[in-house]
Amino acid sequence: MSKKLLPAVPYLKVPENGDPYLEGHKCGECHTTFLGMRNTCSKCGSRDQMQAVTLPNAGKLYSYSIVYRSFPGIEVPYISAIVDLDDGTCIKGNLINVEPDPASIPFDMPVEVIYDDALGRKDKEGNGYLSYFFQPTN
Amino acid sequence: MTDAYIVGVDMIKFGRFPDRTVPQIGAQAALMALDDCGLTVQDIQALYCGNLGQASGMVGQRLLQEIGQTGIPVVNVANACATGATAFREAWASIKAGLHDVVLAVGVEQMGKGLLGGGAGAGGIAKEGLLGSGTMPAIFAEAGMEHARNNGTTFEQFAKVSVKNHQHSTLNPKAMYQIETPLEEVMNAEMISYPNTKLMCSVNVDGSAAAVLCSEKKARELGLMKRAIKVRASVLASDPWQARDLVMPDVNSCTRKAAKEAYEMAGIGPEDVDLIELHDCFATAEILHYGNLGICKDEDAGRMVDEGHVALGGRIPVNVSGGLLSKGHPLGATGIANIYEVSTHLRGEAGGRQVKGAKLGMTHVIGLGSACAIHILERA
Repeated sequence: MSKKLLPAVPYLKVPENGDPYLEGHKCGECHTTFLGMRNTCSKCGSRDQMQAVTLPNAGKLYSYSIVYRSFPGIEVPYISAIVDLDDGTCIKGNLINVEPDPASIPFDMPVEVIYDDALGRKDKEGNGYLSYFFQPTN
Repeated sequence: MTDAYIVGVDMIKFGRFPDRTVPQIGAQAALMALDDCGLTVQDIQALYCGNLGQASGMVGQRLLQEIGQTGIPVVNVANACATGATAFREAWASIKAGLHDVVLAVGVEQMGKGLLGGGAGAGGIAKEGLLGSGTMPAIFAEAGMEHARNNGTTFEQFAKVSVKNHQHSTLNPKAMYQIETPLEEVMNAEMISYPNTKLMCSVNVDGSAAAVLCSEKKARELGLMKRAIKVRASVLASDPWQARDLVMPDVNSCTRKAAKEAYEMAGIGPEDVDLIELHDCFATAEILHYGNLGICKDEDAGRMVDEGHVALGGRIPVNVSGGLLSKGHPLGATGIANIYEVSTHLRGEAGGRQVKGAKLGMTHVIGLGSACAIHILERA
């Protein structure tokens, strides 16, 4: 039961000792940061210049939608959010702990990345997963 | 290089045809386009066939099995919602290159009902509703909200796009629906992904459209110049790098790039265009493209709808066919259906929805991922 949670996506890292974090790769040539792993920069085309970087847990809400209709079994409504992290990396996820009402969701609202169980979802082998979420910064 | 002309073009009335095959649906439009110019399948030197749902299914060859197997080269094309327009562009390129004199482009799609996008990835757990939404209504809602944050565009303005296009469709017998939807009805319809309600989402339908293209010399030889439509520009663009585009599919930069190139190719500006059929897959999407296509500044896009400039009778009517929102959006057929609509106006044959005196028109589609295809057409 106390099996370790697996990361929901490859760019979510769960160290043996330490806090989970999001990983990006930064181009050594044009300094653009990308979510996740890559070998070639899609901005400038440089090869083999990408360095792994830890992404910040702070950012701002760029855009969103409040989703009321999804696939069967998926709880609605929820807020699908596009967030610019403080280093400029863009990332998408659920915005939680805020009313699903446009009046409560101002653009540029400061948000933080938090890590929690992936809504209880399990794979075919019964493994549990760790995911990331955004919530308003207090 | 020769100019390329559309000599025959048509579309079927969009609807739901579960008892027919994709090639059968496509064959119907192909025959209608041939009839439109009085040619036969024996006159056609190549077929460019756009379809997404059966992209590996040799739809073009199976279509010829329905209308005549003449042994011509067939190219099957898939490019998301730009599929039909891409097939048309390949046909155009073969004329421009001098490879062929008479070719056929067909777009066809058979759709299920329901949400598109957001499918489960391989292995692990489903990400939909965990890492935001990958459904099309949500993705285009997020694109619309980006426009709202940058330009102050409102839910009501987005909703008015849907009111306008549904109103236009009442004049188009080939549209899936011909039903007016007042503003309150649009805004109070089931919310799918804020700010897109159900009536602000395009209709999943089956459909097909086809065009016969000719070189100028051939069109004159065949005596088909009277109703011919000159292709003044054909441009295809993919999405150039943007900071957010790997997370938030970008339909703006590829449209801007394609529009700029298309205006240059045609030697005209946005002020010269008399009507536009653009990619209103969601009401939020239409407003983005007013600025992208240069018919107004981005910050004035909401006002274009408020003040009726983009309605039939306005300064630059947009989606007088009813658009994808009401005419319907059979993915692979849409690009050529747009070309049919604009051509029909340029020929002065659009009946009650005719844009008076239309000489130049533009078609625009977006395939998410992204592809943008733009054509500028002129009455010959």
